[in-house]
Amino acid sequence: MVQSLGFLKETPSQTAGPYVHIGCTPNFSGITGVYATDLGIAMVNDKTLGERITLRGRIFDGTGTPLRDALVEIWQADAAGLYNSPSEMRGTADVNFTGWGRCPTDMETGDYVFETIRPGRVPYKDGRLMAPHVTLWIVARGINIGLQTRLYFADEEAANAEDPVLQRIEHRNRVPTLLARKDGSTFHFDIHLQGEKETVFFDI
Amino acid sequence: MSNRKPETGAFFQRDRQWHPPAYTPDYKTSVVRSPQRALLSLDNTLSEITGPVFGHALLGELDADLIHNFARPGESAIGQRIIVHGRVVDERGVGVAGALLEFWQANAGGRYRHKREGYLAALDPNFGGCGRTITDEDGYYRFRTVKPGAYPWPNGVNDWRPAHIHFSVFGHGFAQRLITQMYFEGDPMIWQCPIVKSIPDKAAIEQLIAALDRQNTIPMDARAYKFDIVLRGRRSTLFENRLEGN
Repeated sequence: MVQSLGFLKETPSQTAGPYVHIGCTPNFSGITGVYATDLGIAMVNDKTLGERITLRGRIFDGTGTPLRDALVEIWQADAAGLYNSPSEMRGTADVNFTGWGRCPTDMETGDYVFETIRPGRVPYKDGRLMAPHVTLWIVARGINIGLQTRLYFADEEAANAEDPVLQRIEHRNRVPTLLARKDGSTFHFDIHLQGEKETVFFDI
Repeated sequence: MSNRKPETGAFFQRDRQWHPPAYTPDYKTSVVRSPQRALLSLDNTLSEITGPVFGHALLGELDADLIHNFARPGESAIGQRIIVHGRVVDERGVGVAGALLEFWQANAGGRYRHKREGYLAALDPNFGGCGRTITDEDGYYRFRTVKPGAYPWPNGVNDWRPAHIHFSVFGHGFAQRLITQMYFEGDPMIWQCPIVKSIPDKAAIEQLIAALDRQNTIPMDARAYKFDIVLRGRRSTLFENRLEGN
């Protein structure tokens, strides 16, 4: 016998189910008067530093149907590349930027929309800079454990080419699944759960 | 919030055998919503080690009291009064202070207050079904609600969910983000449910079953159920690139 490591097991995940809105965005689901506003609907205010952008897209299932009952959360650095988190040791992030957003997909169209800013670059473990990116977490009915992926910006060609995470994608024809397409100040980013265009999801 | 120094280590690798796989055909909706290709493994970067943290100032007086937070003045939700309480710790057993928990559930008759919900059980005009709280310095939390009812759902012809409460949990890093469901000790419906059975290991399922806690039951008022939650642990940073925060 040896000493026990004594570690606990992580609580197993269960699907968010069809009524995730009741708990996470009650005002969106018509339950008003409990919380003043839904959490995560505003990431920026008029003092936030950086280039204003809109992130918009839909999540498609294996039949090509958009999910109209999903919840998307995003987490990103501020314009200087700093996270608004106690674990951020490199400096203090923009106090006018939360870095975290939450949006239910539209119950008719399936669209999610975030009003945010273009993030700065953040170093990888070895100090190399990652390209500007946004981390996404997707939950819904039929998704047993939250899906994690990243949005990169298609117009950041030089930074994307040297990004240490994108470089790890063996099948290079899958890299474009992580690139958001620019259209004015809007970046379009659709997510495909299955099929030819299946998005690269991460085990992080 | 705790006075402990924030930690900056990467999180322990997630045990994907302990969690439900993406594709679980007995839970039919998962069939077209499950990624089919291998996940890309990525040791945490700053983007996953950091995460949003919420202050106690966020909370309203009745946020953790589902019996009253949607009720008309002087009234309360119908159902068996219960207190759900427990501790949020990480895999090292360290309490997670300042963790935001959000919960949602059906009413005592098994009916959700949602526009997509069509079960014929009655809505309770005094029950909304949502609540939230933030753990204290040691990771403890508690809230008051009514015990939710079982309800039928369109999967098999005659499938019923066991009574359950949904939990959304934030730790300190975005890689710890978790949504799960809590079940109740002694409910025979647990072992018939395709969503529960998406978890392969019986011991993992048992980790989701809250124990009836008679010691914390309040006489002539509310029974207590204890539900502890475990989030991913963190590695020490002493021998890694970044020396801070060890």
